Amino acid sequence: MQLALTEDELAFRDELRAFFRREIPADIRNRARHMAELSKDDIVTTQRILHAHGLAVPHWPVEWGGRDWTPIQRHLWHDEMQLASVPEPLTFNTNMIGPVIAHFGSPEMKQRFLPATANLDIWWCQGFSEPDAGSDLASLRTVAVRDGDHYVINGQKTWTTAAQSADWMFCLARTDPDAPKKQAGISMLLFPLDTPGVTVRPIELIDGGFEVNEVFLENVRVPADQLVGTENHGWTYAKFLLGNERTGIAAVGQTKVRLWLAKEYAKQTPLDTGTLLDDPVFAARIAELENELLALELVQMRVVAGSADGAPNPVSSILKLRGTELQQAVTELLVDIAGPDSLAREGDTGDWARRSTATYLNYRKTSIYGGSNEVQRSIIASTILGL
Amino acid sequence: MDFELTTEQTMLRDTVRSVLARHYTHEHRAQVIGTDPGWDPQVWSTFAEIGLLGLTISAEDGGMGAGPIETMLVLEELGRVLAPEPVLDCALLPGALISRAGSQLQRKQILPEVASGERRIVFAHGEPGLRPVTAQVTTQATLVGDGWQVSGRKHPVAWGDCADQLIVSAALPDGGTGLFLIEPTDSGVTVAGYRTHDGRRGADLTFDRATAVPLGAAVDAGDAIADIIVTAQAALGAEAIGAMSQALRLTTEYLSTRKQFGVPLRSFQTLTQRAADMYVSLELARSMSLYASMSLADGVADPVVAARAKLRIGRSGRHIGQEAIQMHGGIGMTAEYPVGHYTARLTAIEHTLGDSGDHLRYLAGHVADHQLAEI
Repeated sequence: MQLALTEDELAFRDELRAFFRREIPADIRNRARHMAELSKDDIVTTQRILHAHGLAVPHWPVEWGGRDWTPIQRHLWHDEMQLASVPEPLTFNTNMIGPVIAHFGSPEMKQRFLPATANLDIWWCQGFSEPDAGSDLASLRTVAVRDGDHYVINGQKTWTTAAQSADWMFCLARTDPDAPKKQAGISMLLFPLDTPGVTVRPIELIDGGFEVNEVFLENVRVPADQLVGTENHGWTYAKFLLGNERTGIAAVGQTKVRLWLAKEYAKQTPLDTGTLLDDPVFAARIAELENELLALELVQMRVVAGSADGAPNPVSSILKLRGTELQQAVTELLVDIAGPDSLAREGDTGDWARRSTATYLNYRKTSIYGGSNEVQRSIIASTILGL
Repeated sequence: MDFELTTEQTMLRDTVRSVLARHYTHEHRAQVIGTDPGWDPQVWSTFAEIGLLGLTISAEDGGMGAGPIETMLVLEELGRVLAPEPVLDCALLPGALISRAGSQLQRKQILPEVASGERRIVFAHGEPGLRPVTAQVTTQATLVGDGWQVSGRKHPVAWGDCADQLIVSAALPDGGTGLFLIEPTDSGVTVAGYRTHDGRRGADLTFDRATAVPLGAAVDAGDAIADIIVTAQAALGAEAIGAMSQALRLTTEYLSTRKQFGVPLRSFQTLTQRAADMYVSLELARSMSLYASMSLADGVADPVVAARAKLRIGRSGRHIGQEAIQMHGGIGMTAEYPVGHYTARLTAIEHTLGDSGDHLRYLAGHVADHQLAEI
């Protein structure tokens, strides 16, 4: 057993630490750090810089830009990126559809999509959830019917994140309504959002923001060569994709930076005597959160160090559950620091206190998406505890 | 960053586990803790034979020369069956203290007997009102002629009723805290033994000009004491992990076998979701236990690390202990059934060497010192 990193790992980490701070524009990192809204341009610019230096898709196969890193190196890359408040490469591209195409796509499909996906020349969105298929994704009802060398898609997707920024969608649709199991008749199709028959309608969220959408699909004609892998095997690809979604979901580094920010804000918040940071009740809340985060970071280290032999560590199941609870806890903390200054929604948008309520409300999503936390508990109960 | 055990460490863990499985059923434990001395002398001898009592004593002083990782593994196994044998209090801790502070002669004379289980020594440090545990003790050492005398009160002292010898911390005349060996049979020592809520023993010790021999020289041993406390906190944390994992196992077994309304309890999501939370609690605590022991193994005896670990383990112990009883229902309240005993032990561990509130207070006092809490 050994807690410390090796000399080589430390050097690797320090190099990344310096790179992120040197190469990614400070104004972008500063906006990210203070939870200001990032523009599409911020995200594209960042990902292209990362990709130019081989740092956007290190976990992909080497021929498509991967780096063949150890799990520990990958962890350090991700952690340092968060600690430097670098907007992460677009997850729909790099963690979702990219690995699926690299793993299951035809050679032509790889050539056509992977370079553009890594460089964010194509912005992908995920067409999975439907009004009646949330946590129970396999009951989706969107259908795709083969018509010559096209598929014709009809149905409705919802909660589609950033569809308004997206160029293409990877979409699950039912291609065999008579399959014996509902999981068995699903396929994965790729199409541009400007295809006739696609209508995107933004959904306003409780924070006043527009990040998710309803997407209506009416007789959308998709060339058959934009089917991923094999017809009716879409559920396999979706499970593969969602497995990737889980690994970075704890966001320990990001929450760490926000706790640090909370301390900075608290130090600028005067009380009758001293500042909020001097208040023992507040300090105890910070100390406990720091400790919870450290415990989760150690869980993550156990998972990372243990994943070299390929077998998934069951303890990884708690990363999403606990990670999102702590992400929420720190956004709650920031509203509490802002106090009455958190009430105004409009006006000086540069004011962190005014944004804190929006962030807090927005982060209620984290325990719902990616498999709600209740689903995570059910997975722990059934697969780990045998209940 | 490596969390794998070596082959030797795995063997040690498996050996301890099988020895304990041979000796400890819940019924046997109940019988052992209900009679004097409150632990099983036969198990104690077996522990000595397989080297547990001299685990961290150097080979040249008659021990195994193992470290914090091995201590963690052994304590976790002891916690799993709630073994009452005072391995930590009467062997590992005094062994570490003597190794650190004792003269060469004392090490040679005493340590082999600790390792062989013939001499049980306890470290009497805690005092009524001494919070935090690292505060200055009020027990006083005085030089009378060319000998030392100690006066004061030590309480609670775990297993203080069954010690062959005591190591007592006492304020030195010129400042600092010294360590002294005292015979419990000395006319200046009064031992008031008692049973504890977790089925163990403790004592309230009063010293009235008791004859004392300095452990090593009569100089300030504050650093040694602080380090030993950190070591003990890590070991107790590991024991708590064993107890928690067993409390969770008993609970999930019960949910699977107990039927109500014609179905097993595991059909009720309100229970399985809470069991999942117990698992989360356990693994967060286990990670912190690893952190504490691995830091010690790296040569860092840091009270901040110990406080972090003990705070999280304390929180988890309370959560798991309470939920384990609740999810068993009435049977969990009975002394006859094991689960409540785990809760009692977890409660005792939380309140030994600083409770969660003490550790949180300590950590809260330092939040402004750093930007990020780093491992």
